[in-house]
Amino acid sequence: MKIVTLKRVTLISIFLSLLLVAVILFSITVGSVKVGPARSITILLQSILGLKGGGTETERAIILSLRFPRALLAGLVGAGLSVSGVIFQALLKNPLADPYILGVSSGAAVGAIVAILMGLSTLSFGLPLASFIGSLLTIAVVFYFGRQDGKIHPNTLLLAGVIIGSFLSALIMFFISISQKEELHTIIFWLMGDFSFSNYQAIRIIFPYILLSFLFLYSRARQLNLILSGEENALQLGVNVENLRLISYLFASMITAASVSVCGLIGFVGLIVPHSVRLIFGPDHRLLIPSSALVGASFLIASDTFARTLLAPVELPVGVITAAFGGPFFIYLLRMRKVVKTI
Amino acid sequence: MIEVESISFRYHKEWVLQNVSFQVGKGEFVGLIGPNGSGKTTLLKILYRLLSPQQGEIFFEHVPLKRMSRTDIAKKIAVVAQEAYPLFPFRVIEIVLMGRSPYLGHLVFERERDLEIARKAMEWTEILPIFERPIDELSGGERKRVFIARALAQESEVVLLDEPTANLDIHHQIEFLDLILALNRERGLTIVMASHDLNIASEFCDRLILLHQGRIYKTGIPEEVITEENIKTVYGCGVWVDKNPISGMPRINLLKKGVRKSGTLERD
Repeated sequence: MKIVTLKRVTLISIFLSLLLVAVILFSITVGSVKVGPARSITILLQSILGLKGGGTETERAIILSLRFPRALLAGLVGAGLSVSGVIFQALLKNPLADPYILGVSSGAAVGAIVAILMGLSTLSFGLPLASFIGSLLTIAVVFYFGRQDGKIHPNTLLLAGVIIGSFLSALIMFFISISQKEELHTIIFWLMGDFSFSNYQAIRIIFPYILLSFLFLYSRARQLNLILSGEENALQLGVNVENLRLISYLFASMITAASVSVCGLIGFVGLIVPHSVRLIFGPDHRLLIPSSALVGASFLIASDTFARTLLAPVELPVGVITAAFGGPFFIYLLRMRKVVKTI
Repeated sequence: MIEVESISFRYHKEWVLQNVSFQVGKGEFVGLIGPNGSGKTTLLKILYRLLSPQQGEIFFEHVPLKRMSRTDIAKKIAVVAQEAYPLFPFRVIEIVLMGRSPYLGHLVFERERDLEIARKAMEWTEILPIFERPIDELSGGERKRVFIARALAQESEVVLLDEPTANLDIHHQIEFLDLILALNRERGLTIVMASHDLNIASEFCDRLILLHQGRIYKTGIPEEVITEENIKTVYGCGVWVDKNPISGMPRINLLKKGVRKSGTLERD
């Protein structure tokens, strides 16, 4: 019988991981400074194995301190946004849901902009920290107003998220209108998503949040299937729907918060990756969550590689690339009438 | 097996159920009948604790239902609800396997044993040939079978059915009811079925509970419940009740305006 088994999930995950490794290797070999593919890979492998040698000092710095952490961070964020999108689409039963739908991103943006205006962005840590705090505060406020008689109602939560998001957008506009020219550039880049500040520190900070949330959501993947098949259904089968829904919302929001705090608002990833993966692998979350994570990682690394090489040495915000590829692709899926049917 | 002790329930201000008490014995096939809005579906939902009554208590094998965990309830009581097919096109095998959920705890994947149980359930309900089809591509009758198979995989002792024959043509109605009857007679499952179709209820159920404005109006074997007087009071319309010549069970005949006189029945 062709069903989702541990074996099938493992095989597909291995395959997608190989794809991810290939994309990472590709991304570290291209850029404005030419380091040959074989040479780049040698430098990376030697460093991972703790060996010295291979390449000049500059080459090593470019590969190990710039391109590799950047690829890792883009991969982590791509995986995070995709999984978060999967969860929001399932819980809200809304094919247009994405990681930003509850206004978490707007909170992150306000935090980031305040940090930029206060000059904190020059500190290695000020910007991501401020934006993380901004999004956590937003999550708290949205969940506070999204309750009715002590329970979370999807529609109330959605409305609370959208309204609070709009209010925060007004704040963003206000801050933009009073900011200076040089700040403006930083703000705009942040709002469109930008990996140029990537470093290992950022990875170390957000990795635990994303991993923890991912593991929790995966441990409940089977129950999420039941919720998707109808909440009364899930209840009849012994799932504590309310608890699971609340905790899943919180973890998905946490993933979003951690992701946007290090790179700004990258659109479309959390919308199109889950849909595309669903079309290929079906709606079962036991397969959907890991494959969305791996495909999302590959997709964002590839997009970021384009963003920094297309008009090199000028860098584009990665959000420009994801939207430019994602928009038409999404329209194509919509035209096929497959997206709506899969959720 | 199930004891309902003077429960009352309201969604908002108005009581939907008032002081309802009854018992369901092990292996019984009980029909829940009554007009639209008489509280049948609400009562079923209370029986598996989708809703909790504001007053009164329900016992399952002498244990208060509210003390049981969701999983425990799911191991004892399976539900085939109205329009019980998901919006999401899961496949037949996936739906049937969902019936194993109460036994899996925090396991993410089903075990070999669960697959075997699901396979047997599909075999028994004769849906094995369509196990890979998406649920939204099936006919109404096939879909009902899938949910019976899921209930079987759930290995519950009670099956609650809400209007199971609505939207089925008579061929599929009979086929489905035979399956339910076999579930009851061969596998010893206790059945509680809410139904609009009084003739089906009369023909298939051991005992009927007639609800009227949120209260139990009459309960007993079909001969005691399906009478012209009871139907007249509860449904507010005149019908002619006779005996089905083959089964001997009470049978309701609807008559058109010229043939019936308001209030009492007069046959031409």
